[in-house]
Amino acid sequence: MADMREPIESGCPDPWQYMHPVMRKNFGQWKYHEHPRPGVLRHVAFSGDEIWTVKAGTQRILDVFSLRKLCDIGDQYADGHVHFTIRSSIEFLVTDQAKVEPLIQALEEAGFIVGGTQNSVTMISHTQGWLHCDIPGTDASGVVKAMMDELIDEFRNTNMPNRVHITTSCCQINCGGQGDIAINVQHTKPPKINHDLVANVCERPSVVARCPVAAIRPALVNGKPSLEVDERKCICCGACYPPCPPMQINDAEHTKLAIWVGGNHSNARGKPTFQKLVAAGIPNNPPRWPEATGIVKRILKAYKEGARDWERINEWIERIGWPRFFEEVELPFTKYHIDTWRGARNSFNASTYIRF
Amino acid sequence: MAIQKHHTPMLDQLEEGPWPSFISGIKRLRDQHPDARINEVTNDLLGQLEHSYETRKGYWKGGTVSVYGYGGGIIPRFSEVGKAFPKSKEFHTIRVQPPAGNHYSTAMLRQLADSWEKHGSGLVTFHGQTGNIMFIGADTPSTQRFFDEINDYGWDLGGAGPCVRTAMSCIGSARCEMSCTNELKAHRLLVNNFTDDVHRPALPYKFKFKVSGCANDCQNAIERSDFAVIGTWRDDMKVDQAEVKAYVAQKGRQYIIDNVVTRCPTHALSLNDDNTLAVNNRDCVRCMHCLNVMPKALHPGDDKGVTILIGGKRTLKIGDLMGTVVVPFKKLETEEDYESMVELAETIIDFWAENGLEHERCGEMIERIGLANFLEGIGIEPDPNMLSHPRQSSYIRMDGWDEAAEEWFERQAVAGE
Repeated sequence: MADMREPIESGCPDPWQYMHPVMRKNFGQWKYHEHPRPGVLRHVAFSGDEIWTVKAGTQRILDVFSLRKLCDIGDQYADGHVHFTIRSSIEFLVTDQAKVEPLIQALEEAGFIVGGTQNSVTMISHTQGWLHCDIPGTDASGVVKAMMDELIDEFRNTNMPNRVHITTSCCQINCGGQGDIAINVQHTKPPKINHDLVANVCERPSVVARCPVAAIRPALVNGKPSLEVDERKCICCGACYPPCPPMQINDAEHTKLAIWVGGNHSNARGKPTFQKLVAAGIPNNPPRWPEATGIVKRILKAYKEGARDWERINEWIERIGWPRFFEEVELPFTKYHIDTWRGARNSFNASTYIRF
Repeated sequence: MAIQKHHTPMLDQLEEGPWPSFISGIKRLRDQHPDARINEVTNDLLGQLEHSYETRKGYWKGGTVSVYGYGGGIIPRFSEVGKAFPKSKEFHTIRVQPPAGNHYSTAMLRQLADSWEKHGSGLVTFHGQTGNIMFIGADTPSTQRFFDEINDYGWDLGGAGPCVRTAMSCIGSARCEMSCTNELKAHRLLVNNFTDDVHRPALPYKFKFKVSGCANDCQNAIERSDFAVIGTWRDDMKVDQAEVKAYVAQKGRQYIIDNVVTRCPTHALSLNDDNTLAVNNRDCVRCMHCLNVMPKALHPGDDKGVTILIGGKRTLKIGDLMGTVVVPFKKLETEEDYESMVELAETIIDFWAENGLEHERCGEMIERIGLANFLEGIGIEPDPNMLSHPRQSSYIRMDGWDEAAEEWFERQAVAGE
């Protein structure tokens, strides 16, 4: 080990060196912004300087050819500085308005999609899925590709009442995060345990501790130390699977998708909100997951037609009420929509507020 | 030598349609990249992915891989079907911390691409959900070589496992008129104070910092971070009445009333008869809505600072938690201001490291021990801003009430001096 290189623990790099010079010059001195067209922002500083942002969606899992293509476009049509948004869209920054249109054209010609600003359905925030995750119930990039093919007009335009953030997640850990619409894996059967492997692979006490409903206990199976699951208690959340891969939770048939709505991170108009279950039992159907996309499109259509300006999906539903939401999106309301977790009582209607 | 390409009829269907296709990108690496190693790796990756699509199962397993001197930062992936797809059987992700605010020059992106194709698969994501650059796909020896190369020109690994994770901050002051703080400075001072805790996982579970410059919270900090720093202000918001009138002239009185005045969550706004805007700043909660609607007319005040919320996280294990206000307002101007914020983070992480259970996030610990005990543990006095409302339940023993009330009045007197 003597010849091993010691790491330089430099941590998070200083962005100053990569930032557009006009952004450096006007740091903290911006006055206002405008939205001249979908996919484009114009920010004006107190100094009178302005900067134009052109935003584009990509495939997110970039091959070096695509990355270099984006760099080529950035060099030829922009000023060589880019910014990535939290939802993995790329933003090119230019100071010369005359560069905006050629930049948009170059991006579109190269197959990237300009849009995703303001009241659009912006890029879906997603996870790794079958491409790289160790516990996924479904793919991520594939679901998103198939869905964005269908939602591309809503990405390119800004016709929604307010912005729409969609997320997908390949297990109930929900790495994709809260969304106005979230498409998440929901398992429907308890894990299938390979008892031959548990003793060697799993730290049993920590697996027992991981279960949110205390359904797992140590057991001796075929003379070997293993674990057993009380299947009446099990909520099929899959929390035991990451620390103990022999407790296989993924199932080609019984791993389903569920759709949640109304997650909103912003404090604008109301406190941040968590997403709520609206649909479940949706088949996990590669390669294009048409059933999930169909429901997402129904929700978006009802929202677009029914919501008022500035209402996010949670606010729209709060105004029209859940009965009408289920009616408008033609989804069944079931006993599974009634929360059973801690705090559930707070979600019950303890009033006479009923819409007719 | 021509490679035997895997048949991928299901993945091929993801090359159809107008949105950019990641499958086409992986195929470009397989078919067009000059390095035969990359052709082979991506071919087997496609083969395994097609197998997942056919069987609806994932086939990656974790393990233990890191670089010399660190205990984390690499997401190890070993294939369970490596015999069928041997060239991609080790396919680790290297998590690299981005510059605060995710700014890049194309020159730097090219340099990273050059290093990555030398050692890895040629696949990269800007960024993963924690905020890292994800360099996806390298075998075990290559992770060290790639890290050594990029570490030499300024890049360091992010966190993975029970440790301080890579932080995130919005574009903020660099391009946004709503920004109320120096996001990149807060971001770097916080996370770079804990590089040891980033690289050597030894905490109960993950701990995330996120910084958003205003209450729009573009970084999803309240829900997705253990330590959320949100820009705000405490003096009056700035109103350019001429611009307000211009909005009214353009959109009409009814639009402004329906979309600005009545949407204010605390009814702090009124549209005057002369089309100017009246603001009751004592009632305003700085939610950002009216500023979002009229970005030319309305701006944050001058007395800026941050609100700090602790304990946000997603589902596992006890259910979703938003962060809770622990510091209602803090100035971030002087070096001492920033230092005291970093000290608060140290105090909180130390307390949690001491008292958190294994695999228990900071917010879950607060839920278990109670907010009042947590505040006592970190030496912060209770404040009504920390709650939506005071206690509802009478089941509490209150024989220390008189002393606590006395302390409140003493603190108020000191604050009023």
